[in-house]
Parts: sequence; C-alpha cells; structure tokens
Amino acid sequence: MHEIWAALATAARLIATLDRDLVEIVLLSLKVNFSSVALASLIGLPLGASLALFSFVGRRTAIVIVSALMGLPPVVVGLVVYLLLSRAGPFGVFGLLYSPTAMIIAQVILVTPIITALTRQTVEDLWGDYREQLRSLGAGPSRALPTLLWEGRFTLTTAVLAGLGRATAEVGAVMIVGGNIDHLTRVMTTTISLETSKGNLALALGLGIILVVMSIAVNASAFVIRDSVRESAT
Amino acid sequence: MIRRASLAFVLLLALSITLGANAGSHEHIVLASTTSTDNSGLFDYLLPIFEARTGIKVHVVARGTGQAIRIAKDGDADILLVHHRRSEQELVAAGYALARHEVMYNDFVIVGPRGDPARINGMHDAVAALGRIAAARAAFASRGDASGTHKAELALWRTAGIEVDAAGAWYRETGSGMGATLNIAAGMSAYALVDRATWLAFRNKGDLAILAAGDPRLRNQYAVMAVNPARHPHVRAAAAQTFVEWLTGPTGQAAIAEFTIDGGQLFHPNAQEAGR
Amino acid sequence: MTALPRRPPTVSALPLTLSGVTYTARERHILGGVSLEIEAGPRTVVLGPNGAGKSVLLRICHGLITPQEGQVRWHRSATAARPVRQAMVFQRPVMLRRSAAANIRYALNLHQVPRAERHRLAEVALARTGLTEVARTPAHHLSIGEQQRLALARAWVLEPEVLFLDEPTASLDPASTRAVEDIIRAIDRSGTKIIMTSHDLAQARRIAHEVVLLHRGQVVENTSAAMFFEAPESAEARAFLAGELLW
Repeated sequence: MHEIWAALATAARLIATLDRDLVEIVLLSLKVNFSSVALASLIGLPLGASLALFSFVGRRTAIVIVSALMGLPPVVVGLVVYLLLSRAGPFGVFGLLYSPTAMIIAQVILVTPIITALTRQTVEDLWGDYREQLRSLGAGPSRALPTLLWEGRFTLTTAVLAGLGRATAEVGAVMIVGGNIDHLTRVMTTTISLETSKGNLALALGLGIILVVMSIAVNASAFVIRDSVRESAT
Repeated sequence: MIRRASLAFVLLLALSITLGANAGSHEHIVLASTTSTDNSGLFDYLLPIFEARTGIKVHVVARGTGQAIRIAKDGDADILLVHHRRSEQELVAAGYALARHEVMYNDFVIVGPRGDPARINGMHDAVAALGRIAAARAAFASRGDASGTHKAELALWRTAGIEVDAAGAWYRETGSGMGATLNIAAGMSAYALVDRATWLAFRNKGDLAILAAGDPRLRNQYAVMAVNPARHPHVRAAAAQTFVEWLTGPTGQAAIAEFTIDGGQLFHPNAQEAGR
Repeated sequence: MTALPRRPPTVSALPLTLSGVTYTARERHILGGVSLEIEAGPRTVVLGPNGAGKSVLLRICHGLITPQEGQVRWHRSATAARPVRQAMVFQRPVMLRRSAAANIRYALNLHQVPRAERHRLAEVALARTGLTEVARTPAHHLSIGEQQRLALARAWVLEPEVLFLDEPTASLDPASTRAVEDIIRAIDRSGTKIIMTSHDLAQARRIAHEVVLLHRGQVVENTSAAMFFEAPESAEARAFLAGELLW
C-alpha cells in the first residue's frame, strides 16, 4: 500500500516538474506507438476489407490465420525480428537493430492482425447489408471497398484504438529489438520494466500510472471527436 | 468546448511526434554489456563524461553476459564489457574480438534474510557459506541465465561439491536478470549471490542484507574488448578504440573510482595491473 | 417539378425477354421455367401472393441473381455501345451514413459524373421528390417514407431506362405510399420503364398498365391491367382477385 502512495507522489512530481527524462521517454513512446498503428492501419484496413469482399482460393484459411495471428506471442515476434535485423541475419546490412525503426517493425507485425481481423468482420457485416443496393447502383466489391471503410468508420476507429492499445502495452518485443538503450530506444514500458528490475518499484508504478493516464486521454479524445462528428449534420 | 480541447490535444500529439524524432547524425558506438553493470548506474555516470570529451555517443545494450557476448559475435555491437574471463579469452582466441583489457573489479556478496536460517552471517568463506545453505535447505534464488554472475555462482557450488541440478525445491532458478532475481529473493526471503554494485544500487532490498563477503573467490573482474573489424567490417573500429583507450586510461579509470552510491565505491579500477 | 431533358432516340433496351428461367435455392424451387417478354412503355406490375417468387424474379431481371437455367436477354445487348441503364429500389431503403444529398452524389460519382454536375443534379433530384429541406440531414435520420423517396431520387437521377421496384411501399404508411406512387408516375412520364412488384391489389389498380401474375414460381397470367381486373382468364387470377389465392 505504501508503494502505491509513493507511486502516486512520484507520478505527480514527475509531471509537475516536466522531468526531462520523462518527457523524452513519453515523446519516444508516442512516436513509436503512433507510427506503428498508422502503418498497421495502412496495411490492415484495406487488407481486412479485401478479405471481406473478395472471394479467392484459400480465403477461409486466410481469415483463420489472420485471427490466429492476433495471439502472436510478442516475445516470439521480437525474437524473429531480432534474428532478421541482426548483422548476422539477412537484413543486417540496413543496421536497423537497436533503433526505434526496429521497434516500429515489431509492433506493426503485432498490431496489423488485430486491425485486419476487426476490419474484416466489420466490412463483411456491412457488405451483407449494402451488397444488393451497391451492386444495383453499379458498385462491385472493388468500388465498394473504400465506401464500406468509410461507412464503418466508427467501428473501425475502435479497431484502430484497439491496435493502439496493443502497441502501447508492448514491452517484450520492443525490448528485444530495441535494446532499451537510454535516450535512444527506451520507451515507457521498457523503462517500467527496467526500474522494476532495479527495485525502484515506486518509480515504476508511477510511470505506469502516467502511461495509463495518457492512454485514457488518447481514447477519450478519440471518442469525443467521434461523437461530435456523429452528431453534426454532414 | 470539449471538442476543441480534444482537437487541440490531438494536434499537440501529432506535433510532438514529429518533433520527438531523435537527433540522428551524432557519431555513436554500440556497447554490449551486462545488466548488472547497467543497473548499478555506472554507465549513466561514466558515458556523459566520455561523450563530453570525445563527442561520441555510446548506446548501451544491456543483457546477460551470454547474450552480450553473442551480440558482439554477431557484429551487432562495437564494444563488449562483461565479467567472465574464460568467455572473453575464447572470444579473442576465435578472432571475434581484439585484445582483452581488464578495466575494473568489484566483488560478489551473498545476501539473505536477516533471520539467516542457514547461519552464514559474518562468514568470509563463500564456499562454506553455500555449503551451509544447502545443508539447511534454505531458499536460494539463482539467476539461472548463463550470465557472468550465474557462472560464478555455479563455480562456487562446484567447489563446494554440491550438485545444484539435483538440488531440491530450495534452489530456485529464476532465469532472469539480477534485478528480477533480487526482487524474487526479497519476495521469498531467499539467499542470493549478487555483485556489490547492483546490490548497492538496488532499491527493493526488503528483508535482505549482506551476510557473507570478502572471499577472494568472490572477486568479479570486468574487461572491455573491441569487436574485431576483420570479422565485421562495418563496426566503428576507430571510435571503439577511442573508448577502450579512454576507459583504461587515467580519465576513465579516475571516473570509475569516483562513482559511488551512499558513499560506497562500487567498482575498483585496475587497468594498470597486468592482466590477461 | 423540373424534368430532365429528353434523352436522344437510340435503340431501346427493351423488350426484356426471359426464357425458361429457373431458380432454386436451398433445395426449394422458387422459379420454374419462367418465360416472359416485357415491352417498353406501359407500367408493369408483377403481382402474386407471398412466396410466389416476385422478388427473385425482379432480381434476376436486374442481374443481381443468376438463374440456374434459362436466359435473360435485353433487346440492346449489355456489351453494346450504350450499356443498359437500370436501377432498383428495394422494399427497405439502404442509405449510406451521410447526408441525403451526399447519397445522391455518391450514385452520380459511381457513374463518373463530374463534381459540379453532381451537386446540381442532386439538388434537382431532391427538389423533384420534395426533399430539398432535408438535403443536409444524415440520411438515416430521415423517416422511412423520406428515405424511400430519397432512394427513388437516387435511382431517378441516374436516368435509368428501366426502374425495378420491389414492394416499394410495403413498409410505408398511406401518406408516404401516395407520395411514392406520385413519384413513380413522374418517373414513368420522364421516359423510364417501370417494373414493379406488389402484393397490394389496390395499389396495382392504381399503378398498373399491365399485370403479370406469378404463382408458385410460374407465370399464370400476363395481360393488360384492364383485362386482368375486369375479365381475368386464369382460375388463379380470379382467386387472387377474390383474395383467396394464398400461396
């Protein structure tokens, strides 16, 4: 219990003084997480919609695999990306290991299946409702794809936020491929892990509180914007 | 009103992300080291001094010794700083690293619960102390992760003639770094072997305290090596060499000696001593 | 109401000919060997009890469903210089989550109508159907009667040669029904062929110029409306008019 009070006090102090290390870590976390989710959405939204709209050999298998990939253990992903990016590995020439880019790559791999699977379900349901009318108007699956993504924008926002949540919580994979290097690849979650391993439990918990508050703020803004857009006449 | 505030927040976020991009084109080297060294805070103290002096940023990747060595072998680091002599010598012999330079030493200590069920408090014979712990079947938290600390621990058990593989439930292998292992030891009131630097810097000691220390077999020697550019042409050999020379030179050595926690010196520089 | 300018004369898409069209779904025979010719001009109403196969027939004509057997042929083939322009209005209107005007513009966009034209034509379409006031309202906020009128506006703005309507007023109250029927008549006057299904006899009397009676997947009568209502030939037709042909 004492740790929790100490944690709250630490969190308040860090925020109030705009602790320089904290600001640096927070900015890096935001950069890595938002970039990952942006890339994952760029891939996952059209991919999920395509899985929903087009029929092709192996479609059902693909859907099952994408769903299963949502449960990819992060540490496994981290390990695989590490082996790929290491100098001893196939992509070593790019020297990407232990960089924010490597962390983004790992997170994109983890987040894309989530966005893809949720998009697929959303678009499939919408296509069920709209298919006849859209085809009647002259829009086949390809033409309907962007339309349905826009139609489902509220549900898809939730999917993207789910992806963002996943990215924000990630610690195992980014630790392996980023190296938790001070001032370079140290983000909120890896810092919390490090401070815990140093026995600085109050500090670790304080950072954790800040992380949760940030997450709430992001999600709250998303919902407020979403609701106000919903209500205004287009 | 809320909507405008949220939009402002989102814009601020977007701005911060673009601004948060790291500096970039500083000269830098990658140092693979151990979690024990990093967790002690030595690098936070030492490296800014080096950077101020030479303009070279040092990126520290801290892992267990085994993994740090692997990183150097793979060419993912330019410098290696670990504390297991035999592994270091093998690396040089196999051509992965240039010469091995001793840098500093400290010692391992045996910590345990103040209740001390194995009665080892005050002992200076580490091997005998471990013998008593085994005899009392008192809980012992081992790192179990092939790190330098773990290997040192295993060497002591071997000297004591105790087969830890066949040990009972009292011997707990955590498979984790030093800090995590200490957290577990504190949580279950177990004994553990830890390097003094990590112990002094550790903030969750709980009920644990140093019970046995001072055995010459507990000496923990650190050495620094540059990765061989003949093996990995892409390594930043010149900058790595600068670091090795600085660390073993007068300024680096003095800085090491100056690093203290609560008045206690954590590492003793010994680069001048003949070492191989 | 402003009407669109007359289209230039060209080879008509009609008559639409169905030969031996059979459709089975989930082991149920829905249409069995339907042969039918629908000419240009008169408003055609397909009548029949529930389960007769009217909706399926319409969808096959429109091209949404492919029959297992038989052929659907337009007079001007689909690969000709001018493809057949058709539209369909369903029993329950399906609108996108955007404004009423935007829904119409969407349909125009699908047909590569340039941006400025889209805005203008949408405004005209809304005016024709009495929806100018709700142009900017989100479509799914409109009442179902307004949505159905919007669906008609959207179909009409595409200047279809044929407009299919599947029980367009089945979900509407009498006032909306009347409004919709007025619009259907206006669309007919502007030169579009109307092909509509209904199970409502009174509506058929108001709208139909010719009647096709469908029963258990077969065409049992196909005559002018006058003939159908006054002197029907088949027993089924007589039963249907008496309200005794159930399914």
